[in-house]
Amino acid sequence: MSWTRREALFGLGGIPILGAIWWAGARGTVGKRRERDAILETLNIQPSLPPAVPAIGGEPVKVGVIGFGIRGEQLCRALGYATDEWIADMEEATALAKAEGRPFTALEDFRNQDPLNVRIVGVCDIFDARAEKAIRSFSDEQTTVKRYRTYTEMIGSGDVEAVVIATPDHWHAPMAMEALRNNVHVYVEKPMTHTLSETYELRDTALNSKGILQVGHQHRQTLSFKTAQDIIDKGILGHVSLITTNTNRNDDNGAWNYEIHPDASPDTIDWAQFLGSAPEIPFNLNHFFRWRKWWAYGSGLSGDLLTHDYDRLNCVLKMGIPASVMASGGIYTHRDGRNVPDVFQANMEFPDFSTGSSQVKGKEKGMTFVYSASLGNGLNRPTMLMGHDASMELGNRLTIWPDGRSTRFAPMLEEGKMEPQSPIYHYNPAATALDGVSSATSQYFADKGLMWTYIDGRRVDSTFLHMREWLSAIRNDGPVSCGIQEGFEEAISAHMAGLSWKLGRRVEWDAEAQRVKPIDEIDLDAALLESPPGVGVPPEQMG
Amino acid sequence: MTTTQLNRKLTNALVLLRVFIGWHFLYEGIVKVYNPDWTSFGYLASAQGPFSSVFGALTGEAILPWVDTMNWLALMFVGITLILGIFEKAGALVGMALLAMYYLAHPSFPWLDQINVEGSYWFVNKNLIELVACWILFLQPTGATFGLTRLLSKTKTAQS
Repeated sequence: MSWTRREALFGLGGIPILGAIWWAGARGTVGKRRERDAILETLNIQPSLPPAVPAIGGEPVKVGVIGFGIRGEQLCRALGYATDEWIADMEEATALAKAEGRPFTALEDFRNQDPLNVRIVGVCDIFDARAEKAIRSFSDEQTTVKRYRTYTEMIGSGDVEAVVIATPDHWHAPMAMEALRNNVHVYVEKPMTHTLSETYELRDTALNSKGILQVGHQHRQTLSFKTAQDIIDKGILGHVSLITTNTNRNDDNGAWNYEIHPDASPDTIDWAQFLGSAPEIPFNLNHFFRWRKWWAYGSGLSGDLLTHDYDRLNCVLKMGIPASVMASGGIYTHRDGRNVPDVFQANMEFPDFSTGSSQVKGKEKGMTFVYSASLGNGLNRPTMLMGHDASMELGNRLTIWPDGRSTRFAPMLEEGKMEPQSPIYHYNPAATALDGVSSATSQYFADKGLMWTYIDGRRVDSTFLHMREWLSAIRNDGPVSCGIQEGFEEAISAHMAGLSWKLGRRVEWDAEAQRVKPIDEIDLDAALLESPPGVGVPPEQMG
Repeated sequence: MTTTQLNRKLTNALVLLRVFIGWHFLYEGIVKVYNPDWTSFGYLASAQGPFSSVFGALTGEAILPWVDTMNWLALMFVGITLILGIFEKAGALVGMALLAMYYLAHPSFPWLDQINVEGSYWFVNKNLIELVACWILFLQPTGATFGLTRLLSKTKTAQS
């Protein structure tokens, strides 16, 4: 066998090519990983682990539901109870999505949800159709869900250990207080209260009650927020001087123009009970189904959506109540008879707050929290935390960019190991999970980490986790993520923003007195509740 | 120009095509092998078109690691055989199968949203073109010109 040089060249020529490609691919990949590992080692961020709560032992927790509207139904699903109508709708939506070749997992997610040791035993809704729907869907051989005409009747019955309150805002505090005074546990939707005096009173009541109160800020269960806490604690962002949070929605549902039920009438709705403390007006379907649009029952953007953004940040930063708030805005996108603003900006000042500093001592202190909202634009503006050393985008995912002028990262920036435009950290617990989201509003909440979180790559409803924590706390007397102090801070901050918009003035907090500072001779609660005439006319009255 | 000359030029071009396609496959395989975080999950989970449910099923917890391993193994097999010029028909066939799957997971149909693609396509995309190129390599092996096959065939000739 004799190979010439030519033969060897043509026969074995592929080997050096193969070697070169192998070397280049391995070197590039391993090199990139080493660089990334070096940065991650410097940052030392610990992605949070799923929350573990003690088991909800013993007999199932007997729960009564007060308010079975849109949110009430969602909360019941988090407890494991879906209405027959919802299941039918979801089956239809799943079939449609399948036919169109897109993922839609709402029903599957619900069915995969771990069962909670809970039993819905009663419902209190002042609209017959809703109460009957709950009874029809949730009753089984063991339990017939009982309807209560009033919340006092339900709380006083002795048959419920805990209540879930998902009513219009002006009913939150009276119901929560009634329950807590009877040592009945409370899960109450946000905002926790409707006025300042209610907020002060509810805190006193909760502190003196054996009942466990959880406020419905379910995003406190979102894993990315727990990781964000670690990032802040380690001072990776440096001194955060500005936070921008936003709401952008551009659809009728997002502007609270919910559907009006065909069976709704003065015969099927207890109108007087709906009004409660609100100004007396004749029966009005618009007000009943779309109550978020009026100060008499709701709190507009400040109570409805600012509260989410405020609490998301308060959960990460623990910055507490702002020293002062200035708000502006108007009714510019939905002139349909509402009196709450649909374009709204609030600037909250925290002059003494700091997330730590990498510069000379005393140079940095203080932060502004900006909330900017429009119900007439759907651009997804992310939540940004802007620090001297880095900026962080906060949502279901986290991304951190170093700042070009960072003190902390100056050596790595100089060596070219970091670049200001390249993220140095990205946390995406959903990287190995599949999303099936439908509506614009649900996408809005999902991006903010308000709807679900990911545990071991599996999508989990964050409201489910929030409920589970509350139920576990009831059985084991444990702590909750959003108890009375967190709820107090959220409600006061929201009311300060609402007040500032209404008065057109700066509203200040007296931390020592634990009261909003008086402004001239103004009755602040009266100003907050004042119901000016709506702007524009309802669509059905338009020509 | 004689037929022999044409054939030689064509053969040289085919050798280059074979090595380049092998190069592409091998590099894709190597990058995946050396990156423990790599997974085909995103590509499969976002699959579109008539076979999206089939690809979606491959993302199951139990099979995904196998799918990932089979993918880089197949990529490297194609790369090695085409670069070295040995078992190249088998390499070309496996390459065609892989490319067909990549194409079908995200077909360039005008009625589908194009996700994660660079360029503009109407039915035909780069995967499909590379697939056809592999077919040519299958039909016309060139390992006897440039590759280990050349040595083996000479050895056989010498022995016989």
